[in-house]
Amino acid sequence: MFGWMTRRSLLATLLAGPLALGALPGVAQAETTLRVIPHADLKNLDPIWTTAYITRNHGYMIYDTLFAMNENFEPQPQMVDTWETSEDGLTWTFVLRDGLTFHDGAPVTATDVVASLERWGKRDGMGQQLFANTASLEAQDDKTVVLTLANDYGLVLESIGKISSNVPFIMPARVAATDPFEQITDFTGSGPFVFQADEWVPGSTVVYTKFDDYVPREEPVSAASGGKVAKVDKVVWTYFPDQTTAMNALMAGEVDFFEQPANDLAPLLEANPDITVEVNDPLGNIGFARFNHLLPPFDNADVRRAAIMAMKQEDYMAAAVGDPKFWKTCYSVFPCGTPLDNDVGSEVIAKGDIDAAKAALAETGYDGTPVVIMQPTDIPILSAFSLVTAEKLRNVGFEVDVQAMDWSTLTSRRASRDPVADGGWNMFHTWWIGADVIDPMAIAFSGNPDAGWFGWAEDAALEEARAAFAVAGSEDEKKQVAQTVQDRLWSIGASGQLGQFFNPVAYRSNVKGLIKSPVQFFWNISIE
Amino acid sequence: MTRYITMRVLSTIPVMVLVALFVFLMLRLAPGDPASVIAGDYATAEDVARIREQLGLSDPIVVQFLRWVGALIQGDLGTSIFSGKPVTELIGQRIEPTILLALTTIIFAVVVAVPLGTIAAFRAGSLLDRVVMLFSVSGFSVPVFVLGYILIYTFSMSLKILPVQGYKSPLVEGFGPFLYHITLPTVTLSVIFIALIARMTRASVIEVLEEDYIRTARAKGQSELTILMRHALRNAAVPVVTVIGIGIALLIGGVVVTESVFNIPGLGRLVLDAVLARDYPIIQGLILFFSFIYIFINLMIDLSYTLLDPRIRY
Repeated sequence: MFGWMTRRSLLATLLAGPLALGALPGVAQAETTLRVIPHADLKNLDPIWTTAYITRNHGYMIYDTLFAMNENFEPQPQMVDTWETSEDGLTWTFVLRDGLTFHDGAPVTATDVVASLERWGKRDGMGQQLFANTASLEAQDDKTVVLTLANDYGLVLESIGKISSNVPFIMPARVAATDPFEQITDFTGSGPFVFQADEWVPGSTVVYTKFDDYVPREEPVSAASGGKVAKVDKVVWTYFPDQTTAMNALMAGEVDFFEQPANDLAPLLEANPDITVEVNDPLGNIGFARFNHLLPPFDNADVRRAAIMAMKQEDYMAAAVGDPKFWKTCYSVFPCGTPLDNDVGSEVIAKGDIDAAKAALAETGYDGTPVVIMQPTDIPILSAFSLVTAEKLRNVGFEVDVQAMDWSTLTSRRASRDPVADGGWNMFHTWWIGADVIDPMAIAFSGNPDAGWFGWAEDAALEEARAAFAVAGSEDEKKQVAQTVQDRLWSIGASGQLGQFFNPVAYRSNVKGLIKSPVQFFWNISIE
Repeated sequence: MTRYITMRVLSTIPVMVLVALFVFLMLRLAPGDPASVIAGDYATAEDVARIREQLGLSDPIVVQFLRWVGALIQGDLGTSIFSGKPVTELIGQRIEPTILLALTTIIFAVVVAVPLGTIAAFRAGSLLDRVVMLFSVSGFSVPVFVLGYILIYTFSMSLKILPVQGYKSPLVEGFGPFLYHITLPTVTLSVIFIALIARMTRASVIEVLEEDYIRTARAKGQSELTILMRHALRNAAVPVVTVIGIGIALLIGGVVVTESVFNIPGLGRLVLDAVLARDYPIIQGLILFFSFIYIFINLMIDLSYTLLDPRIRY
């Protein structure tokens, strides 16, 4: 009798029908909603104030960018219509395209662009470098922005078109006037979706509605570039702290899209004919073992290199990721499959040879100083990395002290340059999303201990090579410089590299139009 | 009675002050730093320092404490470091699911456990009694999340009669959808209380059934049902109600897990997320709030003794 209804819907109807009539808002409208389980809770809304990827993804929902990366990692115009460069390469003139409108109805102007880029330039690493090389940035008229460089700088479009945190999103000038170290409180953007502030429940729900006045570009979508066509009326992000519940909800049809299911849930999801599991991010993530270059024993490059020699990527990936279809070995510091991918120095790291590592360590005169490894037990992949490293280092002959903690504690402690006895550390593990380490300008590759990443590597030749990359002209020249950077990184044993792994997405069969990209976008997706 | 209530209410003040001081100091002494979490991987030491400055975390602890207490006196629990929303607003957004889950759990647990315990006591030593006690031991032994997953697998994934997750407000979506979504979490969270209350009810009723006035009632020819309901259960109620009060602390712990398993946007999840992110104002505000609730409920339970047992006077 009720063949057209599931038992669940029948029960829901019986329960809800007579009791909820009073709550019905009238005749229901045909509204399409994409129900998403995001990879994290959206805790804050300012993509310049924080580098959190979830806030970056939120930024892409509601803001637009001047340029955007396509699937070949080439910056393409997005809000910009036309642009030109002076003969000496120092003056860049950008003209905004027609129809750009903020969600409050105001037009997007060059003044908004200037204010937004200036705020971004005070927080983002690439932004800081761009502005360090900039003489002026001005609005010439309502639609024209002029950037004048102080000297030769080859990464203008790569900077303002960068795909990952911090993305130079364009905000209204009044919003961009906020101190970059304070959070914005006005969330007016000009992107394809509108943030519904009154429906935001931190830790639970974020609601976006389609921005009807958004004018997409005509080019086909390609990663972050091309026409951003919102094909659903509403996107609802519901954060699930529990992966198993999230998986069950997707299988039960209570949500449509699961952004980052744990790899070990993939077999269960794949067994469901209504669900597709696939890798949507072609770059994936790069596992890193980071040394503290300031403290013994890793203040000695030869000791670091001895440790790296033992780090067989297959062992890390098998322990932390599991299924080989979600990982591969990669001996380039730039993600394999990207333009700067190369194999310089890979002979040192590709073998994972414990005996060779033992011999190398013996030559250093290592005195048995314990290696303190910070193990974040609340992040399974990093916890596994830590344990694999501990085992390998012990086999090589290191004294190892694994200290368990949560990720918040680790992020606080890794900032300490003090000796271990005063709260310092020797090693931690992390991963970078591929898009963040795509070229030598990534902070992970810094050789300047004053402005560099935790671990504080120091190498003047490395910094020279990175500076050369910033002014490199041709693609060949960039590749050449990238190889020099990689050579320096392996020579000084900056970090151990643990493999390239991929998080799948999972979605129900009625979801169409996913965009292949390192960042999950929600335009172009329809519900059928 | 009025004097007792006044004294009890006044006595909560030093308790709350101690809780506030303890929570504040524990959080500041614990490792972890929200500024580092906010700054992320790209930040320089100067960036982290500037964020700490902006958040007021670089001030001396005494200054931070006095600033917090000053705001607290004015009813301001502070502002979330991450979301920028007032803690009171965040509690307001989350309190309904937690309170209703707690209420349905207590009601369901009492409705099931008291009859179970009473019957077990009345038939002490019988097979029925052993089954009830077996259930009680099992209820204590099975972790909430394990039971939650078993129920989800059975009723949501296999039988497909209840939803996996979520919460619907009875005030917005109606009572039916609310009941539809709250059933599994309630049953999950109730089991440990059913076990606790059933055991206590059984023990209390067995003790009361051996009292002289029960023998007198039997001698007067009263039915067993009347003896059980009018004399035994009412006299056994004080320890049972006491256990319910003690169980509130257990409930708060259980709510955190249950809300995670069933994806209910309540206070339990709010505090868990805040702890992981070191969002100090939320943690401080919520622990104070939970402490107040705990003290308030226990006051209500103490007062209820006078209704249950006229011999008790304050």
